[in-house]
Amino acid sequence: MPPPNPPADPPAGGPVDDRAIAAQAIAAQVANHVPRLRRYAAALVGNLADADDLVQDCVEKALANRHALRDVSRLGGWLLSILHNLHISGLRWRQRRGAEVPVDDFADDLALSAEPGDRGEVRDFVRAFAQLSEEHRTVLLLTGLEGLSYREVAEVLEVPIGTVMSRLARARERLRVLLDGGSEQVVRRIK
Amino acid sequence: MSTGNGAGKEAPVTEADLHAWLDGELAEERLPEIERHLADNPDLARRFERYRAQRAMLGRAFGPLIDRPLPNALKPPYTESARSGHRRRRLWVLALAASLLLFLTGGATGWLVRDWTGGSSGGAAAFVADAVSAHRVFVAEVRHPVEVGADQEAHLVAWLSKRLGKTLRAPRLARYGYDLVGGRLLSDAQGPAAQLMYQDAAGRRITLYVRPSSNGSDTSFRFAQDGNVQAFYWRDNGLAWAVSGDLDRVTLSSIAEEVYGALNS
Repeated sequence: MPPPNPPADPPAGGPVDDRAIAAQAIAAQVANHVPRLRRYAAALVGNLADADDLVQDCVEKALANRHALRDVSRLGGWLLSILHNLHISGLRWRQRRGAEVPVDDFADDLALSAEPGDRGEVRDFVRAFAQLSEEHRTVLLLTGLEGLSYREVAEVLEVPIGTVMSRLARARERLRVLLDGGSEQVVRRIK
Repeated sequence: MSTGNGAGKEAPVTEADLHAWLDGELAEERLPEIERHLADNPDLARRFERYRAQRAMLGRAFGPLIDRPLPNALKPPYTESARSGHRRRRLWVLALAASLLLFLTGGATGWLVRDWTGGSSGGAAAFVADAVSAHRVFVAEVRHPVEVGADQEAHLVAWLSKRLGKTLRAPRLARYGYDLVGGRLLSDAQGPAAQLMYQDAAGRRITLYVRPSSNGSDTSFRFAQDGNVQAFYWRDNGLAWAVSGDLDRVTLSSIAEEVYGALNS
């Protein structure tokens, strides 16, 4: 008995031309967001290779689910939500994969892109930032780098605004301790 | 120095208020109140200055990433070929779907492609890893891709059959545009193995990897992928077979079926 066939690709439905045109239009819009998404993803995961994989998955998923996007003006937030969900669901998978790219390489790389006078500070900052939890990195980047409002962050992460604010406060304090060397009195006060 | 109106009802300044102030989310009428509060609490003011510096550092450290050139996979149009990178998570899902389907159709146990270097799937994973590894090594060979060429096919097949202790055949894959280049004897942890190589007019190569399979019953097709190399593999009549190639899955599965059919005709 011959072995069964592997599953075929999902069947295409609907008029092919319309679908192709709609896909092209949305792809062009998505492409405008890709450099920002990639910057955010790289800062979040701590290296460009994993960021590229994440953004590629995000673009693919966004295009596959483009009909779920009602309002094109919300494309940026929608893409961030997709990327966030992919990142979270991929975390366990990535951890299983073993050795991560060392963040020191990323820190050195970013330091070289900075103004000469900023290089040491940038390197220290990137290393300290990488020690924060996923949650803390996410909320700091969405507010501080992406400039999202608390409400927008809450929508991307699908959590209440109060949660965003408390995470942000904890993240900032944690990062401050990491950066300022965690002097005794600071550590004691946080406890 | 509070303003007369509503001064008595002024809420205490909270930590959340200060963060909202830092992020420009606080209502404008509360700004004087915050500034007074910070002026009265220099430690607090210093702490929020550090937070403000953090915010600025996010931009200075990560901001320039936006100017890095994008890899092709992230440039439009986002075509299928651009998406066929080495993303194992998606392929894991694909393999899961494939194995579930096989399971549902009663052809196989529900076997999952996990990390096939991990060995968690036992001999099957090790086998296909060996097959793909041999594929990678020898398809890249320009001058010596095979030990014995297709011009000596009868000798090749007899030799490999003798060394493997099983009667082999070199299936015809001309229907798919692939002709036999030749084959070689290899060894892996289980003993002798053979590789047959095929090539199409464009120079694309696929390999069949075969070794005796002492234990276990026959199986239906299993699918695995490592990077750009995909493989279908199965056990049949005391031999384990793998068809590996840098091809789309559908074409490769057709070729695997052709091989299977040729061996069972």
